[in-house]
Amino acid sequence: MQTLRRLSALILKEFLTIIKDPKSRFVVIVPPIIQFFIFSYGATFDLENVRYAVFDESRSVLSRSFLADVEGTGRFRLTGYLEDAGQVKQTIDNEKARLVIHIGPRFEERLQSGRSVQIQVIADGRSPNVAMIAIGYLGTIVENFNRTLLEQGLAQGSRPGLALVERAWFNENLSSRWFMVSALGGVISTVVVMILTSLSVAREREFGTFDQLLVAPFSPVEILVGKSMPGIVFGMLDALIFAGGAVLWFHIPFRGTVSALMVSLLCFIITIVGIGLLVSSLSTTMQQGLLGAFLFLMPAITLSGLATPVENMPMWLQQANMFNPVRHIITALRRIFLEGADLGTVWPQIWPLLIMACVTLPLAAWLFRRRSV
Amino acid sequence: MNSSVSSVSVALTTKDTGVETAPLMHADRVCKTFDTPGGKKIPALDGVSLKIFQGRVTGLVGADGAGKTTLIRIAAGLLVPTAGQMTLLGLDSVDHSLEIQSRVGYMPQKFGLYQDLTVIENLRLYADLQGVALKTRHDRFDKLLTMTDLAPYTKRRAGALSGGMKQKLGLACALVKSPELLLLDEPTVGVDPVSRRELWKIVYDLVEKDRIGVLVSTAYLDEAQRCDQVKVLHQGRLLAQGSPDSFTAGMQGRVFLAAPDEQMRARQIYTRLAGQEGIADATIRSGRVRVVLNSPLSPENGNNQETGKQKIASLLNRSASTITTAVPVFEDAFMALIPRGDAQLHTPSTDQDKPWTPEPSSGEDAAVITNNLCKKFGDFTAVSNLTLDVRRGEIFGLLGPNGAGKSTTFRMLCGLLPATSGEIRVAGRNLRRSRAKARARLGYMAQQFSLYGQLSVKENFKFFGRAYGLSGKQLKIRMAWAFAEFGLDPWQDKPAGALPGGYKQRLSMATALLHEPDILFLDEPTSGVDPFARREFWLRINGFAEQGVTVIVTTHFMEEAEYCDRMVIISRGKTLAMGTPGEIRSLARTPENPDPTMDDAFIALSQGDRP
Repeated sequence: MQTLRRLSALILKEFLTIIKDPKSRFVVIVPPIIQFFIFSYGATFDLENVRYAVFDESRSVLSRSFLADVEGTGRFRLTGYLEDAGQVKQTIDNEKARLVIHIGPRFEERLQSGRSVQIQVIADGRSPNVAMIAIGYLGTIVENFNRTLLEQGLAQGSRPGLALVERAWFNENLSSRWFMVSALGGVISTVVVMILTSLSVAREREFGTFDQLLVAPFSPVEILVGKSMPGIVFGMLDALIFAGGAVLWFHIPFRGTVSALMVSLLCFIITIVGIGLLVSSLSTTMQQGLLGAFLFLMPAITLSGLATPVENMPMWLQQANMFNPVRHIITALRRIFLEGADLGTVWPQIWPLLIMACVTLPLAAWLFRRRSV
Repeated sequence: MNSSVSSVSVALTTKDTGVETAPLMHADRVCKTFDTPGGKKIPALDGVSLKIFQGRVTGLVGADGAGKTTLIRIAAGLLVPTAGQMTLLGLDSVDHSLEIQSRVGYMPQKFGLYQDLTVIENLRLYADLQGVALKTRHDRFDKLLTMTDLAPYTKRRAGALSGGMKQKLGLACALVKSPELLLLDEPTVGVDPVSRRELWKIVYDLVEKDRIGVLVSTAYLDEAQRCDQVKVLHQGRLLAQGSPDSFTAGMQGRVFLAAPDEQMRARQIYTRLAGQEGIADATIRSGRVRVVLNSPLSPENGNNQETGKQKIASLLNRSASTITTAVPVFEDAFMALIPRGDAQLHTPSTDQDKPWTPEPSSGEDAAVITNNLCKKFGDFTAVSNLTLDVRRGEIFGLLGPNGAGKSTTFRMLCGLLPATSGEIRVAGRNLRRSRAKARARLGYMAQQFSLYGQLSVKENFKFFGRAYGLSGKQLKIRMAWAFAEFGLDPWQDKPAGALPGGYKQRLSMATALLHEPDILFLDEPTSGVDPFARREFWLRINGFAEQGVTVIVTTHFMEEAEYCDRMVIISRGKTLAMGTPGEIRSLARTPENPDPTMDDAFIALSQGDRP
């Protein structure tokens, strides 16, 4: 009874201090929502509007037809026709275009006489990602163009022996927005929870109120529970709002079960609360707490697999990444949204989180009293 | 430092000639208002006019919030007056602030020493900032270091210096460019009595040798007595000015001493007299109660003394012959001078409605025991071999200057800090290892304001009340008691952080008392508080102690030791003495000084303990 009364007073106080502080209130609501929309729209690998220029020396029906195919994909935006070879260098140098498609003067003539012809693509290697993906697109266009030529009997030779029929599962259009937005809620709530909790003890240390808590008859476990509550509640709230936004606003399919989503988010947020409180109880000032939070956030998010595949990393890093909670929640969220995973399927992602929470939370509670200067 | 006798005469001559010269500083109806976030305007200075002359030390005294710091900051060109004009060295403080700053030395309350730089590096840095020529530097540094006795410590980090040495280094930094006027904002707060005397000596040497002018604000009223001129500020107005003697002259026959006898201890006499009508001030000094009467009691001449004695005697139910007259000092005049309006000392409730009765001692008679307590931070020994015992129901004082190890000891007692070695028992337990419940009978008031500033007064009470297991009706009763007892009613729904300083102090104390603790820990409760609030505070503490609450209190005001039953004086982590105030004072008794003060005792005790 006494314990419950103390605990409820403590939890009430924790929420009041966050709600009454304009800065904390702001951290919990405004940046997460802005980030969610900006990242959802901005963080995509799908190329659109790649600026390109054409240096067409052929100016023939067939070259027009090829260029029309390029234009028709909707991924490229023509910035102009070049008159001579000298302009190519200038155009790329000035970043007027990322790509220049150069069609030689005897393009149609050679094709019609049944010989092979080369199309030159000059790409701006300063942004290799754009260049590679754009060249990839162009390759597909060339392949399709060849097929049409064969069908029209323009080009001679046998039909190619192998024809690739592509079919992507789970994300049929290979839309990177699905890939990003399904996992984004996890990352953004990581940031919110981490900042909130890493400041919570440090703020009280800085203002001296933590001493008052320690001399009051609170046990470390009670303080731990009280301090965890706002992080868990606001973190869950944010993560669930984002999950809803992903489905309702961005029309990401939700194929898994709600229980899987709730349980994995809850386990994840408790883990982050543990790490945040650990950082906070090691800090004596808010500045240290915030610095510690970013020390964790930067590598955790970069290595999480949100943008770059974990499989690309060297083996030792992949293994070390097992201790990265963000990696697990991102995998889990994608599996729930896109694969349709249920609780059993995401269990491999959940148990590492639980183990981490079991280490960080008690350690933080232990440090409350140890680390007081 | 070694020519004090001859220099006195020099000082006298400079005083005489100083009047004819133009004032170094001239405040002409200076006003300053501050805007609060709520759009309210707070007047800090309200038409203050005064002049500071060369070759003199002018003291600026007043209660907290009287406008002392604001006035000094305007003089230093850091604030722009809302109205009126401040002229320094014949220049307007707003238009020529840069030139003024290069010719005026300013030492703020918390001087910006770089803690990680050494003494000499700090000096060099300030010399660079002030543009002191390299050629003259060497001699200047030598002079400053000799003057401040810091020469042996030039390679020590500023952060590792004691409080008094830090202040002296700050003063040296403010003096790197031989200023014509020196502005000092409470330079001696929290500094031990030895260093305080040294600082004052430095200031006087400067005035004598360099004939500069000094404006110094102070919270220690005994220091005002040493000034050539005193300006008393009150609520942003200049209330009075003159030489200290001119202040005390009017106090003849209004200051009395009442000695304790078999029936009444000094503290009881004090509680009986404080706050009574016609009594401007009552304090315990050197074991006796010093009483200042509000105004001459009778209009007839000559009878003042006798009527005064009779009035006091009748309040105490004893004969007038037991009351003796005392020589008035500046503090007496100051206390009688300041009008008591709404900020009236709130007299705590009388014995009739005792708020609570502490639980009878359970087994152990001592509330707190330590045995050979030590605390080290790396190489630095903060507390060494502290052995003390605090009996139930007594007021026990931990006295010493800033950095003596008081707070460290305190934090160890409360279980906030682990001891390096030694034994601690509070109410029979070690709080660091015992369960949470053991802390429920303690009250703790931290040195800095440490309640939740964003929560309202009421919410703070509710939280801490529930934290200590109060609820429902019980909590309501206690909250009502706290609101009434500490005059916090009008502030119920205000955020605690927005309360004025004095009320924050009251709120902290009310919170510590909400759950009726048996043992009360108060860490520097009177630091940064003006003389009135300090008196109010001690009156309260007395009341609680009379009811049997054990009070353990730290302070750097030596004279506050008089309110304690017993005390320990520590300095640089070492115990200098322990005992009753009388016992400790008697340690300093010499044929030349038969009636030493607590300051004298500290100085005598620390003589063998200088670095």
